[in-house]
Amino acid sequence: MLKLNSVPIGNYVIIDDLLSTGILRERMLALGLTKGTKIEVIRKGPSGDPTVYNIRGAMIALRNEESSLILVNSTKNSRNNLSSVIKTNII
Amino acid sequence: MGLTFQSTKNNSLSDLLRIEKEEDQCIIALAGNPNTGKSTVFNALTGLHQHTGNWPGKTVVNARGIFTHNGKDNILVDLPGTYSLFASSIEEEVARDFICFGNSDAVIVVTDATCLERNLNLVYQIMEITNNVVLCINLIDEAKKKNIIIDASGIENELGIPVVLCAARSGLGIKKLKETVYNVTIGKITPIPKILIYKDYIEKKIKPIQTLIEEKINYINSRWLALRFIDGDIKLIDLLSSNIDNESLKELLKTVSSSISYKDKINIRDDILNDIYKKAEEISCKYVKEDKSKINKDRLIDNYITSRIFGIPLMLLTLAIIFWITIAGANVPSSIIADLLFSIQDKLTLLFNNINAPKWLHGILILGLYRTMAWVISVMLPPMAIFFPLFTILEDLGYLPRVAFNLDHLFKKACAHGKQCLTMCMGFGCNAAGIISCRIIESPRERLIAILTNNLVPCNGRFPTLIAISSIFLVAKGSNNPSFLPALAITVLVVIGILITLLVSYILSKTILKGIPSSFTLELPPYRVPQIGRVLYTSIIDRTIFVIFRAIVVAAPAGAIIWILSNIYIGNLNIIGHVAAFLDPFSKLIGLDGFILMAFILGLPANEIVLPVLLMCYLSTGSLIEFESIESLKKILLDHGWTYLTALNTMLFSLLHWPCATTLLTIKKETGSLKWTALSALIPTSIAIVVCFITTIIFKSLNLG
Repeated sequence: MLKLNSVPIGNYVIIDDLLSTGILRERMLALGLTKGTKIEVIRKGPSGDPTVYNIRGAMIALRNEESSLILVNSTKNSRNNLSSVIKTNII
Repeated sequence: MGLTFQSTKNNSLSDLLRIEKEEDQCIIALAGNPNTGKSTVFNALTGLHQHTGNWPGKTVVNARGIFTHNGKDNILVDLPGTYSLFASSIEEEVARDFICFGNSDAVIVVTDATCLERNLNLVYQIMEITNNVVLCINLIDEAKKKNIIIDASGIENELGIPVVLCAARSGLGIKKLKETVYNVTIGKITPIPKILIYKDYIEKKIKPIQTLIEEKINYINSRWLALRFIDGDIKLIDLLSSNIDNESLKELLKTVSSSISYKDKINIRDDILNDIYKKAEEISCKYVKEDKSKINKDRLIDNYITSRIFGIPLMLLTLAIIFWITIAGANVPSSIIADLLFSIQDKLTLLFNNINAPKWLHGILILGLYRTMAWVISVMLPPMAIFFPLFTILEDLGYLPRVAFNLDHLFKKACAHGKQCLTMCMGFGCNAAGIISCRIIESPRERLIAILTNNLVPCNGRFPTLIAISSIFLVAKGSNNPSFLPALAITVLVVIGILITLLVSYILSKTILKGIPSSFTLELPPYRVPQIGRVLYTSIIDRTIFVIFRAIVVAAPAGAIIWILSNIYIGNLNIIGHVAAFLDPFSKLIGLDGFILMAFILGLPANEIVLPVLLMCYLSTGSLIEFESIESLKKILLDHGWTYLTALNTMLFSLLHWPCATTLLTIKKETGSLKWTALSALIPTSIAIVVCFITTIIFKSLNLG
């Protein structure tokens, strides 16, 4: 199991658990960060933080502090990776 | 007695949320996620008949408007944009309370066609509260561009509520939306929401509670309320406690606590959302067809806009270009307007002479009031009419969240809230508006920091001063080509403002407002082509005219007063001269002169008038220079001993000095504290004085000044 903030760019992962509590947990759930959700790590900000994730079709930026509270499993399933063929080059 | 007491209590909550209406009017609530184009739908439905206000007792702004369909008036109430109704923020609370306890006849839920899955969560939550829900899937034009096809009738069957596809920007589907809402309110369409059945253990738990609620409370959906009892919405239970009698509440809570532990509550909330999202996924899978091979343009743009290397430089370049366009474009219209207004002044003077009006009357009305007004309009109107639309276009494009994203690491280091960058950007428009927008920051500590530092970025009232001074001093003499230098100078100034914002935020969070930054999530909405028509309308009518009007209202009387003061002599110096002489020694220390400082002080009601007031002061004391062109501005300033240091420090002082009166009043209102209001004036002012003092010393020691 990984923490979301340690997942490299371009990867797809599946949410396993949330460690957040209180309002932050509510906010995460409201954004659709529920167990089993597939999310894509899109890019990192100019200093490596925050990171943009594709969460159910929306681009959401999370700081390291928040993304480290999300436990994920990496997907080996190639079916999942078909969906996007765009390379998010980091320029 | 008990009964009366109870009923008054009962009334309090619904009174608070009840929107006044006439007999045959309907009230329609407009709900939706942020960034779904909710306000565009609102405008498309109501046209321009709207007004804004605060929610009773809450610091959340709402807009209301009226639209008429088939002769029936509907009051449309814009609810704050929320992701959920579980009341984890004030906005969510307001939206939930209004849908629950307000007197709406129907709810329109606006969703984003390009992000339907996420949006369906809110739809399901609202469907649990009320039956009369209409789903408006907006932005189908954008979906089409992204090769997303939506099967509306499929979703309609799946949800049991009417679904309307809309592209509110072009008005597509708005008529059908009106018709559908009308049909729902008159009962021609009866939506029967197919609400979710949750996991067995949840359903088992809510059964007894639901039965109990049905007996006691008849105005809220019993299933929904039972769910909130078991997933532990404490705030809602508090709210209810004033609405049902104590005995019933006790009985309810007893039933709840006997079957549910705290740990359960968290699991239940998780499971409820899991189920909702599973269903949302299923629907979007079945009825939303997306061609994923199509290149996602947003991401390609983001590769540059939010890139590690280009992100911040691009941002600064954009800012500089906006200033450059403003400066270059404002020059000609400025002189045309000035020529026109001052030729009218000549005619008015002639008229006054012809009717033998007393000299003092001509002085006050023409030389004081009219001339200041003419200055304000000719110096301020053109830059504003160019700058505002450009800035609004950036807003509409979806650029501001990217700015927040790019700068977030800096704000994090300053221990400030991530959204402070957004409130700071609002401050570029108007600091008072920026301070109101600080409401989006929930943590009181970080909100205060954002409020206290908002004034450190120049607002629209100050930009014209900066633009005028930098173009006067940084354009080569005789050159007609607007150079890039003034634009660059203003950009640098803005960067200085941002750096000082960060520095002050940091110092505040380490001293009087100690704490660590709280969590936040930032959505980067898709890029959207701005609606030029609406941009022009809102930025010209709403902003430009409003700001210029405010400036005129303040400047005109100020002009009259200054004329009077400059024509009353004590000894052989007029009053203005005395005041300036009094302020002069201190002003000289910080590289200004007494008149400049006085102009800033007189400019307290509105920053816009600082430069016009200064010119009035100069003109009233020296030999009266007739205004010929914008060029003469430079002559006036140079004649009064302006150097590069004076120009620099006037700009720095303008950037950093105390907030205008409107902003101060807003701070007082928002913080409710005189102490913070005073600090919000003291902090920038002392920074302004220190910075100007330092530049003066540097200039003096290098013999540049």
